[in-house]
Amino acid sequence: MDISSGDSLLQGIIKGFELIFSLNPYILSITGVSIEVSGTATILATLTAIPLAFALSFTHFRGKQALITLINTGMGLPPVFVGLVVFLMVVPAGPLGLLNIVFTRKAMILAQYILITPIITGISLAAIKAVPLSIIETVYTLGGSEKDAVVATLKEARFGIITAVLAGLGRALAEVGAILIVGGNIARTGSIGGIGEGLSETRTLTTAITSETSKGDISTSIALGIILISLVLSVNILANFIQRRD
Amino acid sequence: MFRVENLSKSFGNKEVLKKINLEIFRGEVFALMGPSGVGKTTLLRILNFLETPTDGKMMFNGRECAIRQKNTVMHKMSMLFQRPALFNSSVFNNVAYGLIIRGVDKKTIGKKVIEALNLVGLAGYEKQRALTLSGGEAQRMVFARAIVYSPDLLLLDEPTSNLDPANVAKIEEIIKKIRSEHGTTIVIATHNIPQVRRIADRVGILLNGELIEVNSKEKIFTNPGDARSAAFIKGEMIY
Ligand SMILES: Nc1ncnc2c1ncn2[C@@H]1O[C@H](COP(=O)(O)OP(=O)(O)O)[C@@H](O)[C@H]1O
Ligand SMILES: [Mg+2]
Repeated sequence: MDISSGDSLLQGIIKGFELIFSLNPYILSITGVSIEVSGTATILATLTAIPLAFALSFTHFRGKQALITLINTGMGLPPVFVGLVVFLMVVPAGPLGLLNIVFTRKAMILAQYILITPIITGISLAAIKAVPLSIIETVYTLGGSEKDAVVATLKEARFGIITAVLAGLGRALAEVGAILIVGGNIARTGSIGGIGEGLSETRTLTTAITSETSKGDISTSIALGIILISLVLSVNILANFIQRRD
Repeated sequence: MFRVENLSKSFGNKEVLKKINLEIFRGEVFALMGPSGVGKTTLLRILNFLETPTDGKMMFNGRECAIRQKNTVMHKMSMLFQRPALFNSSVFNNVAYGLIIRGVDKKTIGKKVIEALNLVGLAGYEKQRALTLSGGEAQRMVFARAIVYSPDLLLLDEPTSNLDPANVAKIEEIIKKIRSEHGTTIVIATHNIPQVRRIADRVGILLNGELIEVNSKEKIFTNPGDARSAAFIKGEMIY
């Protein structure tokens, strides 16, 4: 498609919507991979981050300050760098080579897990820190145990923690550099409905947009872009809504 | 019911409490008086195990309490802070908290919460979010939260210092009711002299970390045993 004229850009947008509303299998499979990879990475990262944030808030151990520094650094890691490191780990000659996961969704999940665990931990930590000491003392004064104090803190920080998880999910969905390197943007051979290739293996909304755009298939890119932005926007709206309830 | 012997507390080099000896009797309202900064809050926090004393002994019902028994003892007492801390939840959940962590069954919790809210004049507030209560309502809610599990000992840290006269009167009514209906022993830190006249049985005067006089209210107000207590009560003490 020639994208230099306004007319064909409009056609591209119309075609893009058509692709979405016709539930094109290629587009659906890409969306599915995005949600699967980023969703799984977010769940795993949350399962690590929340206990970690609590351990950092309620216990003292050697190397705690170093770990906090590591988390703060991790919050701003460039995705391509994480992608490169994970790639070097999972290639056959790498330390995780035996897992045989290079260019699979598992490797993509691993990369995004590394990318967003620090983000979820850092924001959760801030939310837990914001719970006043007087809340914990109130638990004790009402006869509560240390466990009760931890549970009460979790409850008080709940909105902040949910915001942290959604921030991680939003970041994962929008991320391209790491998953492109470790996943390889692979789709099966063949073509469906005249566009793109076969169903997605490791192709996500973001990586597909890069490849479809460079191939010149603007309407497919637009369809993918609309879905991506809707997903990210929904996550952000949800996060905003929860924050306002706080 | 509660006795402290030679209790001292320092924060760094600063000695805040100096060899305090004090006995609190079952069922009384004991007023801990003294100007700001003399250590009233610190003493209450030690009695509530939120602070560990630097030195001295604490006895609860005739038995010395070591830190390891703190949970059993804490189950029977409650403290109200100068600034109430509210859980970000409904009034019901706030008041029910002490019962929930004690594993009380739902039906009993419902009944006791309603009773406690009635006692503090907050009937019908169950569903309201605690953070939307006014200052006076919040203070009354934390009273309900503290008494719902019928503690033997209630420690009150200047419970009316931030309130308007109408709410002060309500809180004093609540204190009298808790005492008469539940027989709860109450220790109240305050520098409000008229309030002490209205609600206390005995008074202790704390000055610069020393308990300079402990006496019945009548004695303290008519015939104080210490010149400094006399000055404090007459309001001659600058603070
Ligand atoms: N955690 C603490 N660290 C250092 N100093 C403290 C601490 N808590 C209280 N203090 C000091 O102890 C003194 C007594 O404080 P407090 O018990 O709050 O007095 P009051 O309640 O009678 O006004 C004050 O000088 C206060 O600054
Ligand atoms: Mg005080």
